[in-house]
Amino acid sequence: MNDIFPNLAIAYGEIFLAVGAMVLLMIGVFKKNSVNLVSWLSVAFIAVALFLTVVSVSGAAFTFNDMFVADSFTNFMKILVLVAAALAVIMSREFFKLEGDDRFEFPVLMVLATLGMMVMVSANDLMALYMGIELQSLALYVLAAFKRDSEKSTEAGLKYFVLGALSSGILLYGCSLVYGFIGTTNFNAIAMAIGNLGDSSAPIGAIIGLVFVLSGLAFKVSAVPFHMWTPDVYEGSQTPVTAFFSVAPKVAALALLARTLYVPFGDMSASWGQVVIFMAIASMVLGSFAAIMQTNIKRLMAYSSIGHVGFALLGLIAGNAIGLRGVMIYMTIYLLMNVGMFVCIMSMRRKEEGMVEDISELSGLAQNHPAMALAISIFMFSLAGVPPLAGFFAKWYVIVPIVTEGYYTLATIAVLSSVVGAYYYIRIVKIMYFDEPAEEFIAQKSVPMKLIAIAAAFLVVMFVVPQISNPVLSGAESAAHSLSQD
Amino acid sequence: MEHFPILSAITFLPLLGVLIILSIKGEQEIVDRNAKNAALLTTVATFLFSMVLWFSFDQTTAEFQFEENAQWLGGGISYKMGVDGISVLFVLLTTFIMPLCILCGWDTIKVRVKEYMIAFLLLETFMIGVFCSLDLVMFYVFFEAGLIPMFLIIGVWGGANRVYAAYKLFLYTLLGSVLMLVAMLYMYDVAESTDIPYIIQNVVFDSKAQIWLFLAFFASFAVKMPMWPVHTWLPDAHVQAPTAGSVILAGILLKMGGYGFLRFSLPMFPVASEQLAWLIYLLSCIAIVYTSLVALRQTDMKKLIAYSSVAHMGFVTIGIFAFNVQGIEGSIIVMLAHGFVASALFLCVGVVYDRLHTRDIDRYGGLVHNMPKYALVFMFFTMASVGLPGTANFVGEVLVLVGIFKVSTWTTFFALTGVILGAAYMLYLYRRVVFGELTKDDVKAMLDMDKREILIFAPLVILTLWMGIYPSTFMDFIHVSVDNLVTQHEAAMATYHAATETLANAAGH
Repeated sequence: MNDIFPNLAIAYGEIFLAVGAMVLLMIGVFKKNSVNLVSWLSVAFIAVALFLTVVSVSGAAFTFNDMFVADSFTNFMKILVLVAAALAVIMSREFFKLEGDDRFEFPVLMVLATLGMMVMVSANDLMALYMGIELQSLALYVLAAFKRDSEKSTEAGLKYFVLGALSSGILLYGCSLVYGFIGTTNFNAIAMAIGNLGDSSAPIGAIIGLVFVLSGLAFKVSAVPFHMWTPDVYEGSQTPVTAFFSVAPKVAALALLARTLYVPFGDMSASWGQVVIFMAIASMVLGSFAAIMQTNIKRLMAYSSIGHVGFALLGLIAGNAIGLRGVMIYMTIYLLMNVGMFVCIMSMRRKEEGMVEDISELSGLAQNHPAMALAISIFMFSLAGVPPLAGFFAKWYVIVPIVTEGYYTLATIAVLSSVVGAYYYIRIVKIMYFDEPAEEFIAQKSVPMKLIAIAAAFLVVMFVVPQISNPVLSGAESAAHSLSQD
Repeated sequence: MEHFPILSAITFLPLLGVLIILSIKGEQEIVDRNAKNAALLTTVATFLFSMVLWFSFDQTTAEFQFEENAQWLGGGISYKMGVDGISVLFVLLTTFIMPLCILCGWDTIKVRVKEYMIAFLLLETFMIGVFCSLDLVMFYVFFEAGLIPMFLIIGVWGGANRVYAAYKLFLYTLLGSVLMLVAMLYMYDVAESTDIPYIIQNVVFDSKAQIWLFLAFFASFAVKMPMWPVHTWLPDAHVQAPTAGSVILAGILLKMGGYGFLRFSLPMFPVASEQLAWLIYLLSCIAIVYTSLVALRQTDMKKLIAYSSVAHMGFVTIGIFAFNVQGIEGSIIVMLAHGFVASALFLCVGVVYDRLHTRDIDRYGGLVHNMPKYALVFMFFTMASVGLPGTANFVGEVLVLVGIFKVSTWTTFFALTGVILGAAYMLYLYRRVVFGELTKDDVKAMLDMDKREILIFAPLVILTLWMGIYPSTFMDFIHVSVDNLVTQHEAAMATYHAATETLANAAGH
């Protein structure tokens, strides 16, 4: 019966968001001066999609010829994506209000990108995978270049597009190789086919295909060596876009990566393991060393995000539920820290100069804006992984499974690179607290922005308290088990 | 057993003070004054609270007392607190030193007073937490968290080269600690628990793995102690830190390394400890002799005392790795004594620094003429640092030397050299600062200690004498736990030797 009429119930969130995006587009086109309305409506739609996603699933369910899957893993990841998207839209409101250039296409594109991410998270077939990625990417290309009269923004968009298209090509080539050698595109069927082949006898073509698919996905999570676009795009895009870039697409792509590695290619972990180990090490090391020399805070966050992706990949290497749980906890905490940090970055605004992005502008912030300086230092220490802040626990939960699986060298490299990373994070604290004050910023008046920053900082600090961390831990636990089935 | 969670109360009471200080609003001057008062009140209250431990601690058992246990992160990681004879005195030392620290910054800290007090209170919570934790993860969290306030204290209120010193402190210690973290993860994997007493009692790590684990923990504690050659952050940190920061650093933070050796390295990795004891002896002897010689050549008062701290810590490590009751008890006493004496010496430096704003030894001289009270106090602590009988250091050093003499005469020889050199550099310092002609005009203008300063020194003098004349009060706390530690260690070694012998016999047949 499934084949005749798909079970739509588990995809209500996506369907709602798709229809919603079109409705928003219509409102935007036909109603004059509707930016505000469209933006807040899009936040509302995302919230509804979140609700629908949470309520519509109990246990694993497949639909659309098993191309689409919904289980507690997809739920967990979708919650992260939707929360990040909603926050990014709210942040963009404040940004465009002050910056001008307020256009209704922005929230619509955000919603479309979010929809693409939700499809990515739920993809259970190479075709669905590709479709989700493309929907997301196309919307993101435009968002990156949204400030069309700025050279930097256009450059960011173009760079992202060219490299993104290349990676999509690689990904698609990989998909076709896998299909050619295995004979199916469905994840479960691929898993069965590889399982039937027995140990270490997967056709070489399939392995090459797998590596190509991995490369394509690595581009989306900006893991080394496919990270080149990240600093430029982060710097060139407008700040709320960067905030969006730094969290939501990464969560979605990591979710997709996790499913791709665990479900269809779970039996080929010996083949992909070394690739992922390489990417993880390279990302962590490059992320920490390259960030040292940065003077632009957004570029610094770009390298920081590369490093953090390296850490998140550690969880995947373990190849078990505990590792996966680590990845999910990592992404949750990463979301908190990054969203909070970007709110602070967006508060770096002066009367004459407008937005400033140079790290040296933060000089002496602790004396002009003590609350903001405190928030930034909380995020910085947390990103550096210093206990008792949440960032430490994020790292803890991905390194535990690595050690359990016996990768001691890898764990040591990881913690050492986090020490190098600590250097540039605490440099910002140093600039804010030890240096002479620079000119004051305009005080942040927006209540939502303040609320986001305070809530994020509060959660980062209070993560040690079991009442706050337990929902995340137990949610991630059950979600991880639903994917890795052990 | 249900009881009032006294350890949690002591640990988190300073956080309450932080909240109170945060809520103070109003005019700058009033805020500053209230912040100081609130901080002092909090630390005194914490100290009074901690006296409960002093009076109701059961000295006849080696068990952990005042235990608290609650679910924390799941998977065998729990919120577990408790103290035994080894840790209880460190908790008291911390709560005792803290009010003095707040007092000594009373007039000298003029900028960002509120933040200063908050940083110190946070630091107190983290330090007490380190000594009370009975869970690996919890220990690590407290151990590392202390870096944040310390980084800020040095960086914000420190001297001219403070940024360099703050960085060095932070990165050195972090680098050492992350290696310990990996070791802890391994232990968590093997033991499936992070409960410290459980691991000590029930888990025996493979003797090869022990070496690695020991080295990883060593990396962290050796930096914290600090031991030669990773001690170089300490002089920088001390010189740049504000007086209270130096006091905390010398008085308490350095003890975390020694405490770590006693709590983790010795009981958990007995075989590795024994096998690598030569390394500890070697490094400690180098530290004692080398840093004493370096101290002789210093022109900066704080730097000199910082180097002397490294030398004293050399005694501590030697004592711990003597593996007998005298050595270990001695090392604990040396740590406590150093907590009083080094703190007091840094306070002495602070007294004159507040007046002349230089730590350059040559800028002083002849203080005995216009600051007799100061000269007396400084003399007392100089003698205490040298290890004059009747002061606390003497008791500790003698015990350590007795302990190590049973194990290695050569180590004893070098350690004794250190005692002589110690007398040399301390007396040399004292002569240059206090004696001689009073020629410099600005030095002549210096006033003797005021009431606040005397109030700070008085308890330190009393305790140093108390511990020197009647050390039993303190030893009684320690004795049973140390005895137990040594017995456990010997049992573990006996099992190990029996096992290797069987193996060798099996191979021989």
